[in-house]
Amino acid sequence: VKSTGASAARPAAEPLAATRTVSLSALVLALVAGWAVAAPPLTLVIKDQAFEPAQLTIPAGQVVKIMVRNEDALPAEFESSDFNREKVIPGRSTVPVFVGPLDPGTYGFFNDFHPQSKGKLIVVPASAPGKAKP
Amino acid sequence: VIGALVIVFREVLEAALVIGVVAAAVEGLPGRGRWVSAGIGLGVLGAAAVASGIGAISSFAHGTGQELFGAGVLCAAGLMLAWHNVWMAEHGREMTLRLKSLGSDVVAGRASAAMLSTVTALAVMREGSEIALFLYGIAASGVQNVQLLTGGLLGLACGAALGVVLFAGLSRIPLKRLFSISSAIILFIASGMLARAAEFLVQAGYLPAVVPRVWDSSAILSGNGIVGRSLGALVGYTPAPSLMQVLVWAGSFAVILLLMRAKRPSVAAEQLRASTP
Repeated sequence: VKSTGASAARPAAEPLAATRTVSLSALVLALVAGWAVAAPPLTLVIKDQAFEPAQLTIPAGQVVKIMVRNEDALPAEFESSDFNREKVIPGRSTVPVFVGPLDPGTYGFFNDFHPQSKGKLIVVPASAPGKAKP
Repeated sequence: VIGALVIVFREVLEAALVIGVVAAAVEGLPGRGRWVSAGIGLGVLGAAAVASGIGAISSFAHGTGQELFGAGVLCAAGLMLAWHNVWMAEHGREMTLRLKSLGSDVVAGRASAAMLSTVTALAVMREGSEIALFLYGIAASGVQNVQLLTGGLLGLACGAALGVVLFAGLSRIPLKRLFSISSAIILFIASGMLARAAEFLVQAGYLPAVVPRVWDSSAILSGNGIVGRSLGALVGYTPAPSLMQVLVWAGSFAVILLLMRAKRPSVAAEQLRASTP
């Protein structure tokens, strides 16, 4: 039931197969952990070797897809040891990064190829019904 | 210069530590240097291929290609190391004896050479592709690139030197104890690799995290510093692992250890073998 809701909430432009993969993995997460799933994707831009916006807010307890778009010609590596992600973002391309489910709090991320570039991920308590954590 | 040096050094470090341990663990293998060199050469070619195809890898499987690739490489290297350890548990003692007298036998040499080259190539490919992308970025960006490139190359040299130092240190251990010590280190490396492979699958959503952050020790030991990275390579340390990662680590460790125990010849069998020509 949860996964149907999540799929319906996805943007129609997204390829069907991708939606299926995401909902499937989200469903697995939901079944195992009892968490609510898949908030709409966010976009994070890397431009002139800086994150834009430098601060992203996502709801707690959900898998959030962040589309990281690198507008520079230089490759970047989106990395966070706070929430365990590392992914190369080639120059002039967009790569999805799946984040969460996370507890409320502030988490840091950075560009491992240019460590001065930092950003923050703010995780706020989700307000949607049915998200209550065990 | 320093920035580039540190970035490249950190990437080289992981591969260098793994290669240092593995090369020391196959003490007595004829032409050991050649097999390591072959592995490094293959790894560099692989790294260049990965770096140039990063766009295609990234968009594979709806944007989860990098995670699948990372998981595949770590899983292959981890399994290979595990297999080596189990094999050594069965044949280590006998190899020690033969090394002292006759030199290693052909089968042992072939198996070890394959393992050494493959693990070296996989480690170099994984870390090298990131170095290649980083250095390519510098080369493409102009202005200060000579200085930065120098820094990058120095970082490469420092990382490689550290691997050599580790190798030399381990090689000084008497043969009798070397195999048990290197087996123990490899047990940790293999468990760490398999756990990080699982973490990549968690990142891409193919495996559930179960609990996303079991603990957070980043305030005590950052996962991105020199020490944190070294421990990452040697024991699979990450400052805030998921429960899935912890479970896979513990499971791999237990299974490899049990297989090593099971394969270790009993004292009676050992004596029987010694008495029969």
